[in-house]
Amino acid sequence: MKAEITQKIGFFLLIAALAITILFLGSILYFITVNGVKVLSWQFLTDIPRKAMTAGGVAPAIVGTLYLTLGSILFSLPLGLITAIYLVEYSPKNIIVNILRMSINNLAGVPSVVFGLFGLAVFVKFFGFGVSILAGSLTLSILILPNIISASYEALVAVPRSLREASYALGATQWQTIKNIVVPTALPGILTGVILGIGRAAGETAPILFTAATFYTNRYPVSPMSECMALPYHIYALMTEGTHPDQQKMIAFGCALILLLLVLCISALAIYLREKQRRKYV
Amino acid sequence: MIRTRENIYKWIFTVLAFSSLIFLLGIIVVLFVESIPVFRSTGLFKFLFSRNWYPTNEANPEFGILSMLVGSFVVTIGAMLVAIPLGIGSALYIHELAGDKQKMYLKNIVEVLGAVPSIVFGFFGMVIISPFIQQLLKIPTGQCAFTGAVVLGIMAIPTVCSIAEDALSVVPKAFREASFALGANRWQTLWGVVIPAAGSGISTALMLGISRVVGETMTVLMVTGGAAAIPNSIFSPVRPMTSTIAAEMGEAVVGGQHYHALFAIGFVLFVITLVLNLVAEIISRRYRLKLGLDL
Repeated sequence: MKAEITQKIGFFLLIAALAITILFLGSILYFITVNGVKVLSWQFLTDIPRKAMTAGGVAPAIVGTLYLTLGSILFSLPLGLITAIYLVEYSPKNIIVNILRMSINNLAGVPSVVFGLFGLAVFVKFFGFGVSILAGSLTLSILILPNIISASYEALVAVPRSLREASYALGATQWQTIKNIVVPTALPGILTGVILGIGRAAGETAPILFTAATFYTNRYPVSPMSECMALPYHIYALMTEGTHPDQQKMIAFGCALILLLLVLCISALAIYLREKQRRKYV
Repeated sequence: MIRTRENIYKWIFTVLAFSSLIFLLGIIVVLFVESIPVFRSTGLFKFLFSRNWYPTNEANPEFGILSMLVGSFVVTIGAMLVAIPLGIGSALYIHELAGDKQKMYLKNIVEVLGAVPSIVFGFFGMVIISPFIQQLLKIPTGQCAFTGAVVLGIMAIPTVCSIAEDALSVVPKAFREASFALGANRWQTLWGVVIPAAGSGISTALMLGISRVVGETMTVLMVTGGAAAIPNSIFSPVRPMTSTIAAEMGEAVVGGQHYHALFAIGFVLFVITLVLNLVAEIISRRYRLKLGLDL
């Protein structure tokens, strides 16, 4: 009897924990949506900022985020895929490969502001790229590299052994097997990783703080060497700089909503693709 | 001919695969080299344990990060007090009480929420939570360690929850069945068998949660106020390490002592998170070995 009561109380606490979690996270989505919708309009999405950031739109920030994100994928996808292919197909079982695995895991845990410092010292200063889309993209690409590697790794490992053996039996070499059989089969899983990486790169602020972002410009970036506005940094700048806090707050709500929608849609898409893929194999 | 080509591909892949290792080593080297001038002029001990942070004092700048270490520590502990019960409680619910379909939805929702950018949490904390806490508790400013801990704690829930859920889900079914066979009810089984069996996996979740909170930048920058002093209560403003770097790098002269001091903070931060991540990894390896799973 006592055990029954303990069980009831215990389960109640678990339900309460989940309810509070959902309440907290739900209220964030609610407040940002309700306030953000007020400023969202076609003009907000497509116009440049006007009147010292109190009117107009945030198009340069959207474009900047787009460039930074695509730029970072451009670098991290090939590198991440190659690393994953190496780990699955080529790597011997030895201590050096173990160290490599550990360093990938640890790279994933490095604080984002530390990537910002690294980008500042290496890309901005040492290579002389200056504060630019190129420097920001490179910094972000190292940040998302572990995500791309682990998603690609999972996808490649899931390719059945029999497919590889069939290919070898037909006389194909290892490289031909990888290129024609393994990678195409794993492609949906790799794509999931890429999409999740895009979501992560789009939302990060600290790494681009010193490497790419600028607060106020009414021009679009013209080359990889120009600095740019970015949605996440724009939210921060609106809240901490400028002279019209109230109007700026509403614009920040709009930016937060766009960013939130962007990131949530991207990760929902990735998860949908993954679930679909999983069902195919199981 | 084919042989050579195969070998060339293998070589290219091997070399490029090690770029991650190079990046990690590169980060260590860069942080260390850029920190040396400050460690040399201030001394490592004084840098870590002096509470005087006057980086822009021209005659006699001082670089002591004790108050930031304390700030990071206070905020992190507070955040974990929020994230641990809620994150692990939710994971237990998903594992034990949710049906198959509900489980799938909840896991995906948690994962999607984990992708919400930290700037969104920071912004929400600044415009909604911080004024709310200020009014509720009648304190001079809502931007304080307490608010920071609450917002960071909420942010860390998805991380803690999904890793803990993974740990619970790999506990072999046989453990549960054995417990039921001995007459234990579901709660006794969960509490006495499943949680202990998943214990080290759950502690991995905690380590990674702490690591995420310690390294979080934008949220603390926006909600903890930013006074570089040792807080005398949890309702005082604090300035953790990450937000100092983010807030001051813009004004620091490149190559100056201040610039190097900020890299030195980054170095300290990096070492802390590296240790946390290594501990998490070691625990999780042991755990998987114990349950007889692949690494």
